[in-house]
Amino acid sequence: MKRTVPLIITATVGVVLIVSNFIPDFRAWGEEATTFFSIIAAIAFVLGGGSLLKVHLRKISDRNAGWGYSIVVLGTFFATLAVGLLKIGVTPNPAFPDMPWAGDVQAQGTAFWWAYEYTFKPLTSTMFAMLAFYIASAAFRAFRAKNFEAMLLLGTAFIILLGRTFAGYFLTSWIPIDGPFSGLRIEELSVYIMQVFNTAGNRAIIIGIALGIASTSLKILMGLDRSYLGGGN
Amino acid sequence: MSFLQRLENADRRWVFLLMGLAVAVPIIYIGLTGKTLPEKATPLAESAFKVLDDLPSGSRILLAWDFDPASEGELGPMATSFIRQCSQKGHRMYFIALWPVGAQMIRSTTTKVIGGYYPDLEYGRDWVDLGFKAGNEAVIKTIATDFRQMFPADARGTSVASIPMMEGIASLADFDAIVNVSAGYPGSKEWVLYAATPLKKPLVVGCTGVQAPLMYPYVPVQVRGLLGAIKGAAEYESVVNDWVRADRIRLALVEGGMSETEAATIARELAADPKDAGAWTESAAAASLTPASKADILALAEDPTPGIFLEAQRRMGPQLVAHLLMIGLIVMGNVVFFASRRRGGGR
Repeated sequence: MKRTVPLIITATVGVVLIVSNFIPDFRAWGEEATTFFSIIAAIAFVLGGGSLLKVHLRKISDRNAGWGYSIVVLGTFFATLAVGLLKIGVTPNPAFPDMPWAGDVQAQGTAFWWAYEYTFKPLTSTMFAMLAFYIASAAFRAFRAKNFEAMLLLGTAFIILLGRTFAGYFLTSWIPIDGPFSGLRIEELSVYIMQVFNTAGNRAIIIGIALGIASTSLKILMGLDRSYLGGGN
Repeated sequence: MSFLQRLENADRRWVFLLMGLAVAVPIIYIGLTGKTLPEKATPLAESAFKVLDDLPSGSRILLAWDFDPASEGELGPMATSFIRQCSQKGHRMYFIALWPVGAQMIRSTTTKVIGGYYPDLEYGRDWVDLGFKAGNEAVIKTIATDFRQMFPADARGTSVASIPMMEGIASLADFDAIVNVSAGYPGSKEWVLYAATPLKKPLVVGCTGVQAPLMYPYVPVQVRGLLGAIKGAAEYESVVNDWVRADRIRLALVEGGMSETEAATIARELAADPKDAGAWTESAAAASLTPASKADILALAEDPTPGIFLEAQRRMGPQLVAHLLMIGLIVMGNVVFFASRRRGGGR
């Protein structure tokens, strides 16, 4: 039962979506199925919260390595949930002054806004910014011209790196822009690589992926591929 | 120990320090001097601009902000430039987000641009914030046929039925163009697959550097304009800044009694080279203008562009030095590697 019902749901919804895409009379069915997806996606946020609790509470209870961080995760999770749900610091909506809960939770000055502006925003920005340091270190230690393919990759990387800055323009600005060799200017080469080599390679990959998705989807709809249900089968 | 051996065993914190300096020094220099590097727009940035420019004033533009603070450094400046172009052109802007914190991105960019520079634009008439909706591509698929099913109210909780600019919006088909600023999934690819392609709607995409190569295959049919990372943003920003200056001069010239065609030509020339504005106002071509009009035009031509509309061009400075450092590190790493291999110690 645990496996049959999900298989039936998947097959039915999949067939409905395919049919609705090709036969206009069935379009409404497809829209209904998509609405269900949206509802499930919203519920997934609640399930995600539950899963977060389960994982971290277990980690704390078992005193696993780094359990202290789990306390921080749960503490911030509940704090954010509380300030959002209880609308702490929210001023009433001017259109409905008698209803204190009608205010905008994300408006400037609310506790939720503070949590976002002074915790979430700087933390995520910092995490992303740190990539630059690790990429620089990796460039020094790992990017080696060991063979012909690596040299090609290196040469392309140099052209793109230079072409995406003013250096690309500056280094080859002596080549006349309307002359026969204008295509050798670094900024032009960079665009050429992206629009021709990259596009050709990516189109091939995209077509391959699309065919793969189509065949995998068919296998899922027919119940031949059940790996998405878990259980290692 | 030789110099190359020392380099080989160098603590990676030296590399971190160099990268820190490569980014910090240009930021400080540009912050102090206000100087930016010149940008020449590529056809992709120009076509992104043209998609919105070719539409008549009052067109309905859906702006999907699918990014977060982590990618704000790359995508924030292009988002502000998109809003600036739409605001100046008089398009009606409908903001949505498929990323949970996209809602905050909408709020911060609209507050900066509309709140700071276009205060005459009225909420609900000229622009509306419809906020975040969960469901990834399913949201796009649903609004492709029924917009209000997904967005029955705006981000402030006001029913869309009472928002004047929502009148006549039943589905994505009712929009004239879609602008998507994306940092990943769900984002530009989903907008191509579920909106731009089936509905044949003009789509302009601004995305991160790692996403851009994946979007090139959709140019120029499914994606009409593509801005890749801060470089694409800087190109687009410079085009928009020049056009805004030209448009303001054009309006002043028309107000001064000049014909639309003549005003447009002169405005373009003055915006391209604002230093000529002084000489032009003294020339015979400006004889029909009143002294007040001439002063207006001179002020508009020489008016410095506000800092927030130069952010992408400013960020090209640190990018230049960081890229040069990366190239230097790769070359140095290879020199060390081959020297070490020659000594018989290669990895």
